[in-house]
Amino acid sequence: MSLITAQSLSKTYATDSVEVKALQAVSFEIQAGSFLSFVGPSGSGKTTLLNLVGCLDKPSGGSLEVAGADVLRLDRRAAAAFRGENIGFVFQSFNLMPVLTAFENVEYPLVMVQNLHAGERRARVLELLDAVGMSDQKDKLPDQLSGGQKQRIAIARALVTRPKLVLADEPTANLDHETAYTIIRLMKNDTRIIGEAEIVCTLEDGKLVRCEEAHG
Amino acid sequence: MGKLFQIALRNLRRYKRRSALTISLIAFGVIFVLVFVAITSSFKELMIRQITDSYLGDLQVHRRGYVASIETLPLNLNLIPQQAAAVEKVLRENPEVSAYSERIKFGAMFSNFAETTNIRINGVVPEMEFAACPQMASRISEGEKSVRALEKGKVLVPALLARGMGTKVGDTVVVVATNKDGSVNGKPFVVSGILESATGPGGRDGYIHLEDAMEILRMAQKEVSEFAVNVKAMGRVDRVAANLEAKLAAAAKDPKKVPFQVHTWSQLSPFANIANMIDLMTFFIKLMLIAIVLISILNVMIMAVYERVREIGTIAAIGTSPRKILSLFLVEGFCLGLTGAVVGVLLALGIIVVLNLSKLSFTFGQAKDLILAPNIAPLEVVSASVMVIVVSLLASAQPAYKASRMEPIDALRHV
Repeated sequence: MSLITAQSLSKTYATDSVEVKALQAVSFEIQAGSFLSFVGPSGSGKTTLLNLVGCLDKPSGGSLEVAGADVLRLDRRAAAAFRGENIGFVFQSFNLMPVLTAFENVEYPLVMVQNLHAGERRARVLELLDAVGMSDQKDKLPDQLSGGQKQRIAIARALVTRPKLVLADEPTANLDHETAYTIIRLMKNDTRIIGEAEIVCTLEDGKLVRCEEAHG
Repeated sequence: MGKLFQIALRNLRRYKRRSALTISLIAFGVIFVLVFVAITSSFKELMIRQITDSYLGDLQVHRRGYVASIETLPLNLNLIPQQAAAVEKVLRENPEVSAYSERIKFGAMFSNFAETTNIRINGVVPEMEFAACPQMASRISEGEKSVRALEKGKVLVPALLARGMGTKVGDTVVVVATNKDGSVNGKPFVVSGILESATGPGGRDGYIHLEDAMEILRMAQKEVSEFAVNVKAMGRVDRVAANLEAKLAAAAKDPKKVPFQVHTWSQLSPFANIANMIDLMTFFIKLMLIAIVLISILNVMIMAVYERVREIGTIAAIGTSPRKILSLFLVEGFCLGLTGAVVGVLLALGIIVVLNLSKLSFTFGQAKDLILAPNIAPLEVVSASVMVIVVSLLASAQPAYKASRMEPIDALRHV
């Protein structure tokens, strides 16, 4: 079964005077796999598509099914619950909670969204922190971490709920080449981290080339 | 829930100065209210005690219509002997009455042979009067300070009159009065003591023995102008009054024409209006506290939501339910209010202890050197704290609701 099925998906943003067609009749199907990138220049609709798939936004037309759920039918609360259960997010600017330590940031979705009990929570968080190589930094606040370290924490947070799908919008845009490469490699290859999840990420053209060069 | 509190507290700590300012504002308001309530309520209690225990009694029983024309001290509105006996019986049978004093009140001329002035006289049975008004002895500034000051042939002269007339303890004076039949009679007295004034009507009356009053007024049988009654529990004075009224009505021959009237101290003393004013002021001060809490918390929470739009977007995107986001901000407001209330209560209690140790004295009207002993009822502390916390929650509700309704996609785009 497909993980994501989109048919004639369109999205139009209406501002005061102009209508911007961000997506026009996009159809695709993604099978559960391991790693997929939407690559394109800035303004090509990558983020819009990712937001639709992530149930953060509603399409203007067409149909979209993610992990067996008709995204268009989800109301606010149901969409939040659906995201919490099925989707992990990695943001361009990390978006960690500044008042929580690295450990607590990773733990957050398990407490506030999935309500796991403390023992299992701790084991899962430590396992992921170890996998992203951040065990020794777990008590630091985001302010005390470098960009790459923050993104590792963000990846751990996205994966800690064991989602079916991880969506990463320009996860390397705020990182230097070397770090960007490491992060992509982490998400792409380390099955210990990604488990069963399908990773979909958006990348600007240049970044992808460099990633592919670096990684082969 | 614990995690919600943990995150809320960390968020408050993030903006240390702002949180501290809000907490101190709330604490200041709480201190202001509690110290104000402590001082005014102790002032009120002190003044009421002063009035009731020195001359008024906690409540009084008169013949119907007497109080309405009390300024003229009408002798024809005294309780006739059978009525007085009925009242005494009811008072004696009530377990909540600790003491009562029967009085014959009349207006008279007071002369020291050189000058003459008018005076209001209470004819009393000394033991009964001293029991019903326990502060009577302490009001006697010069001379005999016990029931012996009111032995037959002696008079207690109010201080203002004694000063004006140059009267001293041991002087002989004459009291002249007209009885209800219109005949004038006089009697010489020896001044046994000078009575300090007390606040309110009746605070400047002279006192003689009941039998002397009967003699001046040529009463064959004892008629009583009023019964001053002391009750065991001041807080129950209204209930005791109602109870006495019912019993007196039952004792009356014709239930439609009950000849008796019961008045509590608050119906007799103008100080009751001051007491009501104090209560009104307290109410407005509490309203100010509500305004302080409302504005400061609302301000802080609106800022918090505004500054953390992206954060709200992030937690919403990763699946935090709108209800949890709402709770998160409500808990923040709650913590601010609770901390402010706790700090305020502790400091206020400290200030009240210090005020008690420093034994502040004040003068009110003719009453001098009254020692203020502020104290606060636990109920006041609890109600002020609960009020602060409830208002904090109310003030956080709007910003919290706004946060919970944010679309994650818009919030994430926010710069």
